[in-house]
Amino acid sequence: MDTDTANPRPRPEATKAGEGELIRFDRVTKSFGGTRVLDELCFSVAPGRKVTLIGPSGSGKTTILRLLMTLVRPDTGSITVDGDSLTHETRGGRLVPAGEKHVREVRKKIGMVFQQFNLFPNMRVLRNITEAPVHVLGLSPDEAEERARELLDLVGLGDKCDAYPSQLSGGQQQRVAIARALAMRPRVLLLDEVTSALDPELVAGVLDLLRDIAHGTDITMLCVTHEMGFARDISDEVMMFDSGRVIEAGPPDKIFTDPDHERTREFLSAVL
Amino acid sequence: MTWDWSVAWDFLPQLLDGLLITLEATALGSVLSFTLGLVWAAALRSPTRLVRWPVAGVVEFVRNTPLLVQLFFFYYVLPDWGLQFSALATGVIALGLHYSTYTAEVYRAGIDAVPHGQWEAAVALSMSRPRTWFAVILPQAIRRVVPALGNYVIAMLKDSPLLALIGVVDMLQEARAEGASSFQYIEPYTMVGIAFIVIAYPASLLLRALERRLGH
Repeated sequence: MDTDTANPRPRPEATKAGEGELIRFDRVTKSFGGTRVLDELCFSVAPGRKVTLIGPSGSGKTTILRLLMTLVRPDTGSITVDGDSLTHETRGGRLVPAGEKHVREVRKKIGMVFQQFNLFPNMRVLRNITEAPVHVLGLSPDEAEERARELLDLVGLGDKCDAYPSQLSGGQQQRVAIARALAMRPRVLLLDEVTSALDPELVAGVLDLLRDIAHGTDITMLCVTHEMGFARDISDEVMMFDSGRVIEAGPPDKIFTDPDHERTREFLSAVL
Repeated sequence: MTWDWSVAWDFLPQLLDGLLITLEATALGSVLSFTLGLVWAAALRSPTRLVRWPVAGVVEFVRNTPLLVQLFFFYYVLPDWGLQFSALATGVIALGLHYSTYTAEVYRAGIDAVPHGQWEAAVALSMSRPRTWFAVILPQAIRRVVPALGNYVIAMLKDSPLLALIGVVDMLQEARAEGASSFQYIEPYTMVGIAFIVIAYPASLLLRALERRLGH
């Protein structure tokens, strides 16, 4: 696969007030048990931006992705994706908590790749990728299969259509999972520590692929990772989290070399 | 008392007739218990208490009362309510219902054993609930529980002679009839016992092999 990024997509400028926002968190609070994981969190992401969330474990990074994927619901606050609220809907002229049907429509715009891949072990690779395009988006099986084969070529696994996930290495499974997420043509791709469960020698292949996707598409990416080199490479913006809040955000060059916040400096010196 | 081969030989056709009925009752009872058990398992996971609680009550009640009592109840009481079935159909319903309360437990364990990430992946792909159940969760759950379900088929096979008590002409009933008319008991009952072993033992070996192949 071509990992050369000599001709990168022009990076969008930093978000300005009033500019289009694809994702918006407005005073989002989430607690688990008695622990407040997110504390009145506000941030927004412009279309096409690649944003990396860093911070100590337990700082709420993964919870942000899970809120966007509607795997958990916020206690208070609202989340908007591409102008549609994930948390509320208007019914009969009134704003009410979002119902299952509304949520399912909005989250079609969002794809997620998990730490543990979560491929469907009872389906072959090709069907893992075509299942949702056929049954959720309503593509014809032929169309979905064509799209799936293209994506499998993209992730370098064109010859594994008929394999079961258990016959693949962790790195290959994760690449199938990326293809599966992309097959839904999401506007937002969430990456939740996608290399953490991989053997060290398999990490590079997956990161190269994601780097290609980041540089070659206008898909908006939100990425939780401990791979700081990768974060630096693909991000337009890095957000440093601590105790449920964004304590610092900015371009990777700034955050990784000259952070404003002492807490960021401590964290980076611990992981770099 | 000595073994008389001619008696055994004479009894063989009846034994085979009874065997067919025994197998029929077991097979139909299995199908019913597998289906009903899945219905119970799904209902017990319903978000609505109005569904969950009554089903839990019925399941506990059926599981904790003897099959023979249920069999007599269905055979003698249901006709009073206008529900008239043949003895065999009554037996199949009782067997299937009784064992469905066990298969429901088996399904529950199988569904619980499907990793949580599978549900999350289905959500991330915006799959509908029914599609998630039928395409993702149940195929994985059922694969895990095939050996456990198989054990209940063998248990049902061994409980099927109870059906003789409501007049189903299975192997046991054939043996009783033979004994009553010829006063020969040792051959028919021994042969019935052997017939059960000949079916049940290979079946349990098959299940063990299956268990290994499904790889746990």
